[in-house]
Amino acid sequence: MEFLLATVLKIALVMGLVLLAVAYLTWLERKVIGDMQVRFGPSRVGPFGLLQPIADAIKLMFKEDIIPAHADRVIFLLAPALTLVPALIIFAVIPFGPSFVITDVNIGLLYVFAVASLGVYGIVLAGWASNSKYALLGGLRSSAQMVSYELSLALSVIGVVMWTGSLSLVEIVEGQAGSWYGIVPRWNIFPQFFGFLIFLVSSNAELNRAPFDLAEAETELVAGYHTEYSSMKFALFFMAEYANMIAAGALAATLFLGGWQGPFLPPVIWFLLKVFAFIFLFVWLRATLPRFRYDQLMRFGWKVLLPAALANVMVTAALLA
Amino acid sequence: MVPLWAYLLLSAFLFMVGVVGVATRRNALIIFMAIELMLNAVNLTFVAFSRFLHSLDGQVFVFFVMTVAAAEVAVGLAIIIALFRTAETVNVDEVRLLKG
Amino acid sequence: MEWIFFLAFGLVAAVAAVAMVLQRSPIYSALYLILALFAQAGLYILLGAELIAAVHIIVYAGAIMVLFLFVIMLLDLGRTDRSPARVKPVGVIVGTVLAGLLLAELAVGVGPQIVLGPRGAYDPEVLRTVGNTRAVGRILFREYLIPFELTSLILLTAMVGAMVLAKRKVE
Repeated sequence: MEFLLATVLKIALVMGLVLLAVAYLTWLERKVIGDMQVRFGPSRVGPFGLLQPIADAIKLMFKEDIIPAHADRVIFLLAPALTLVPALIIFAVIPFGPSFVITDVNIGLLYVFAVASLGVYGIVLAGWASNSKYALLGGLRSSAQMVSYELSLALSVIGVVMWTGSLSLVEIVEGQAGSWYGIVPRWNIFPQFFGFLIFLVSSNAELNRAPFDLAEAETELVAGYHTEYSSMKFALFFMAEYANMIAAGALAATLFLGGWQGPFLPPVIWFLLKVFAFIFLFVWLRATLPRFRYDQLMRFGWKVLLPAALANVMVTAALLA
Repeated sequence: MVPLWAYLLLSAFLFMVGVVGVATRRNALIIFMAIELMLNAVNLTFVAFSRFLHSLDGQVFVFFVMTVAAAEVAVGLAIIIALFRTAETVNVDEVRLLKG
Repeated sequence: MEWIFFLAFGLVAAVAAVAMVLQRSPIYSALYLILALFAQAGLYILLGAELIAAVHIIVYAGAIMVLFLFVIMLLDLGRTDRSPARVKPVGVIVGTVLAGLLLAELAVGVGPQIVLGPRGAYDPEVLRTVGNTRAVGRILFREYLIPFELTSLILLTAMVGAMVLAKRKVE
């Protein structure tokens, strides 16, 4: 009974923090992109624009909720939820501190990939249920891109699994304890550097973020799969995208950067710093790089990243043998 | 501890639902999905037996069944796409003539 | 406790399967099948096969059903099936009666008197210590190595076949 109560409390804490982080990630992104484009980001609503997410939330809540004429009502309402739920339940297996993990499943990494592959459904169903050309094409393109890059994402991580010998995220973090020669920490980024790079690129593509965001760029397909969505459903899609971004950053920190490990500061602070570094990197990429054309994107995923990930697995296997 | 026959009964039920689906529906895609349901019912039987016979051969076989099912779905859907291009329908009742 | 989970997952799987067969629109059928697959993954976890449950979700719910949805949407077959050829009620009745007969025979004739053969080596306690993934991996790459390689050939053949079949003929 106590176990149940403790777990429920942990879930509530993590979910609350994630949702709060998602809201303020929108602020952070706009501020950082603004700074990189030599302008202020949001700065009017509250000090430094810190109340901007709240203003956005209020605006979205009061917007008119439109459902297109011949849209499939049930699926139209279901799709945003189907996108947000997988984004949130990834956090169930990520270790935030030495004993602060909601559940330590011994197939933790497989669970993460299972849940990540479920994120495709919300997008493809949203595109179809909107009964609109732009939405359908955008949804199909987005989901085809996500499915293609899932392969290299999973393969890039197999090197880490081979190196650690376990699929459990807690054990992967604990396998990165200690250091070589007392200076260089035993983080997986050093033996698995190519895996790390492939993971970064694949997770960018998996998140439908720049430079791989053709399917939702305003100049291309109106707004892609969420063209016909308004008000809270649109907010759910956005929350899902940012929650996925935080999850990708948390995964990268856990798998390659040693999770919560670090010398002086408390473990949770280290973890948050590493996740913040990755989120900053994702926002930086968005502000800096032009986007890929769709066929360039697919060609890159299948002909460059997938062979590179396979080569990484083979070289790691050869080195471990 | 749920006994073995409960799992077997459930998977037999799922299998029969799949068979009825294949036999009665006319839409090629739904027939395909019913076939997938049958394969899954068999998978459930394998895993149940693997647990109660304390052997992992059942789970290994489930791996193979899943692989073959994935391959079959890929080829089957390609066939349906090719069929749709010529016949303009996926209703299996309307595709009776060998001539294109 | 385990019975509650089994009944919950089993009921969801059974109802979703029946709903899948009865739907008019292929998209709703696909969605109900995904629900049935989820319930089945829950049953796998109940049976202690965690690796199989995760792989089941990744392969079936995450890839195969997405493929189904793609094909349905690309060929625009999602609207309700209004084709004139209706399902003959005779077929449904005969099918349901036969299915009921099979289930009844199983429940009465086989059911609780099932007698199992000799046990293997992997009882649940051993599995809990060794780990399901590790044990399955060991067997897969030692005793079942040749079937494993053969399945990779099957997948290659299927890939090539699917690409050739679905290609547009260049006039």
